[in-house]
Formats: sequence, C-alpha cells, structure tokens
Amino acid sequence: MTRRLLIAAACLALITVPLWIGNNYYVNIASQILIYAVFALGLNVLVGYAGLVSLGHAGLFGVGCYAAAWLLAGGFGHLTAALIALLIILATSAAFAVLSLRTSGIGFVMITLALGQILWGLAYRWIGLTGGDNGINVPSRPAPFGLSLASAAPFYYFTLIVFALAVASMAVFVASPFGASLRGTRDQPRRMTALGYNVWLIRFLAFLFSGFWSGVAGLLFCYFNEFVSPNVLALSSSAEVLLMVISGGSGTLLGPIAGAALVVIMKNVASAYIERWNFVLGAIFVAIVIFMPEGLVPGSVRLWRWLWAGARRFPVRGGVR
Amino acid sequence: MSALVLKQLEKSFGGLRVTAALDLTVEEGERRLIIGPNGAGKTTLFNLITGELRPDAGAIALFGRDITRLPCRLRPHLGLARTYQIITLFPGETLLHNVTLSLLGLSALRWNPFRRLARQQTLIERARAALGRVGLDELAERPLAQTSYGERRRVEIAMALAQEPRLLLLDEPFAGLSIDERKEVHRLLLSIPRDVTVVMIEHDMDVALELAERITLMHFGEVIVEGTRAEVVAHPRTREIYLGG
Repeated sequence: MTRRLLIAAACLALITVPLWIGNNYYVNIASQILIYAVFALGLNVLVGYAGLVSLGHAGLFGVGCYAAAWLLAGGFGHLTAALIALLIILATSAAFAVLSLRTSGIGFVMITLALGQILWGLAYRWIGLTGGDNGINVPSRPAPFGLSLASAAPFYYFTLIVFALAVASMAVFVASPFGASLRGTRDQPRRMTALGYNVWLIRFLAFLFSGFWSGVAGLLFCYFNEFVSPNVLALSSSAEVLLMVISGGSGTLLGPIAGAALVVIMKNVASAYIERWNFVLGAIFVAIVIFMPEGLVPGSVRLWRWLWAGARRFPVRGGVR
Repeated sequence: MSALVLKQLEKSFGGLRVTAALDLTVEEGERRLIIGPNGAGKTTLFNLITGELRPDAGAIALFGRDITRLPCRLRPHLGLARTYQIITLFPGETLLHNVTLSLLGLSALRWNPFRRLARQQTLIERARAALGRVGLDELAERPLAQTSYGERRRVEIAMALAQEPRLLLLDEPFAGLSIDERKEVHRLLLSIPRDVTVVMIEHDMDVALELAERITLMHFGEVIVEGTRAEVVAHPRTREIYLGG
C-alpha cells in the first residue's frame, strides 16, 4: 500500500513539474534529468543485471544522436528519421555486443572503451559525414500528432512519456524469466551454462536492450539540443553515465534515475552557485562509496530500515512502538 | 544401451596429462563410484562429460548419441545434470529461486521478457516439490546466504534432480557434511529412482560403497581398476594407491 502511494506521489510530482518548478530553465533541467535517466537505465541493464561494465555506452548514445541529426539534416521526416535511427542503434549495439562479449570483466571494459573511442574518433575526424568539431544542426524538434515540442513544457511531457515507457519496460524485463536468467548469468555464468542456458545469447540480447534505450536517450538528446557534436560520444560521457548508475545503485530500478538526477543537478544547478562544483560532485561520490557502497537508493533503504528497527527496539514513550 | 560411453578420452593442460586414453562405460540405471587420490583427474573427467572442458582426443556418447563436440549448454537438454564439489549456487536468491532457475534452464520460458516469473505457478510448484524432495520446502523462501552448508548441498542436489536427469553426476556430495547431514543426503541418494543413472565421485568410502554397485579407481588420469565393490576393494592396486596399508 505504502509502495503504491509512493509511486502515485512520484507520478503526480513528475506530471506537475512544469506547474511548480518555476521557469523554463528548470523545466529543461528536468527534461535533461529524464533523458539521462533513460540513458542510465539502459546502461544499468548491462552493469546492474548482467554484471558487464561498459565504458563505451556514450558511443551508442551518440549513434542515436548522430543518426537522427544526419537524417533530419538530410531532409528526412521525423518519424522516418527516428525509425531509421533506431535500426542503426540496434545494428551498432549488435556489433558492439559481438565484439565485446568475447570476454567479460576487465576485458569487456577495455573492448567497450575502445569501441566507444573509435566512434568518437569517427565523429571527430570524419568531417564529411559528421561535420567534425562543428557538429550537425537539427532543423527542428518533432511535432507528434501536430503538437509542437518547440517549447520547454511540451518537450518535457514528451520526454516524460518516453521515460515512463523505459521504466515500465525495465520493470517488466527485470521481473520476467529472461530478467532472472540474465541475473543468473551475472552471478554464476558457469553454473548457468551447466543448467542449460545459452549465456552468450542472453548477454547479447541484454546488450541490444541496453543499447536500444541508450540510443533512444541519444535521440531525445538530439531533439533537446537541436544540435549534436563529438562531445556526446566522449569517454567522459561514458564515465559520467556509469557514475550515475553506480552512485544511484546498480541493479535497481530507481538507482540510475536517482544517479542521473544527482549528476544533472550538480552539473547544471549547483555549478551556478559553486565554482568548484566538480570538487563537490567528487566528494559526494566518495561519500557514497564509503557510506553507501551499494548506491544511493539501496543505501538509503538500508539506512531507513536500520533507523526504523532501532526506533522499534528502543521505543520512546509516546513514540514508535 | 549404455548411459555413458567414454572412448580413449584424452585431456592435457600444457604438459600435464590429466586424462590419459580413458575408457569408461556406465550402464543405464547403474550406480557408479569414481574413486582416486587427489589429482587423479576425477573432477576433470566430470568437466569433460558435461562439456565444461573439451577433450583433446577421444569420444563421449550419452545414451547412444555422440556428444563429444556438443556445447555444454545443450547437454542438460539431453538429460545430463551435475552437482559441484565446490558449491556454486546463487547466494543472493532464495532457495526456491535457485531451484526455479534450474527448472527454467530447460524451459522455453527462459527467453520470455514479458511474463512475470513470480506468476509462473506450474514452474514454482515444481521447484517447491523438488525442495520438498530434499526436505527443504519449509525453507523455500529463505535466502541461500542464510542457510547452512549441509542445506546448500541439498539445494545443489535438488537443482540437479529438478531437471529430471537421465544421468546424474555427483561430485563429492558428502564433502563437508556433519554426521547427521550425511545420513540425510545418504537417504536422499538412495531414494533416486532407478531410471536415473548415477555416477558419483566420493572420498567417504563408508557411505559411498553402500550406494555404488560398480567402482572405478583412477590415478593420474587413467583407469587403474574397475569392477564390483568386492573386486575393487580386494584389488592390491586399490590398497596401494588409495586405501593404503
């Protein structure tokens, strides 16, 4: 019951963001949080549920961005561009998966890092295709069913719908037999093989699912900025989203969302008031690793349970019993 | 038809030969005990049979079908199940989830990303029944991390039995168990139906000899002695290599 109330309250808060948050600047920040949350949720499929740490996911995010931007700049319609971009994202994810799933552990990290860097290099140097440092301008945001997404609030609601779809798909995926199989391959791959599972194929499909949502986030980012440059594929972007997943709590549904909110707020809001905001963000990550190594969300739950259990063990007169 | 036939099986790790031209035939329904000193190649033999290791030479046939080159993941689908000497379970999950994963491994449902696993009542009831078979149904919802070593051993066996194997490989099922736990596992192994062929590695001769009909003694990757309990125990090489005295 409490859980349902909390979910309802969170939904209500998200739906009413443009009403209570103040000006368009903060609505855009909220949109960015949702975009990065979708990205982090995508990466979390690999990091949290498959136990495969990718340092090249910005490549897939960037492919979504560039594919859409290039097609839109080339005169394709929004729907066609989005559909083709999604196919390109899936094809790139498949290529990433085939190359990187030859190994696991540090080998997987290194291969994904290298693949991400190759895409960044292409974006930076293949000027004829990507515009190099100048990037690609996107002519306009989409207008689904004639509704313009040009201003902050409509775009926020569009992003919120995609975010809700991502969260729902993750929730269904995690609770499914396939989700259980994936977690099994994370914990005991050798045992899973001996039980009759095709560990490689399970990881491959999980990679596609992860890449798909990372690319969708890239697509949203392209619409949001109406511009794309090699920065979106940089190693720092891959590291940033990995930090979102780990700091929020990998292998949980809410963790990557909390992590995305933390990083985007620090980058965009705190940086306006604190000159050395990078230092503060670093300090926060260190504190999380020391005090809540499992991440912000599971750590807070653990802390809450500990406090609650303490309150029940030592009841104060008139307090909790 | 024989349950398992190994012909001239060979495996080396670099210069170390761990399985040397090994021949072994296990008949359907048989209870076979594999014994030998540490380093004899017993667990390697199991790994070759399950496909976790690929042999350098030789052939493996399971119920008449050549499985030498068949990937490890496909062998459980032909009725091969095993337990491990070092327990390899899913510590963060409940006992019920552990056995459910075992059942799911042979079900097409494992590829389904849409249905809720918690609502697959048939599968879950089968998992619960498998736990009941090893006397752990009351602990079904308990996380594996909160169970004793003996209980985990029984979960291993429950996972293997849940797959309804035709050939069951047990790698030291009594290792690390207390006297009472040994009695329970012993009873459990005696209750395995005859249509399941059992091959077991075990050092505890008191319990193992009672379960086995035929015994194979291995040493340095070779079969040294093979025969009935009485034949193998009485053989001078068995005393020399394994029993001592």
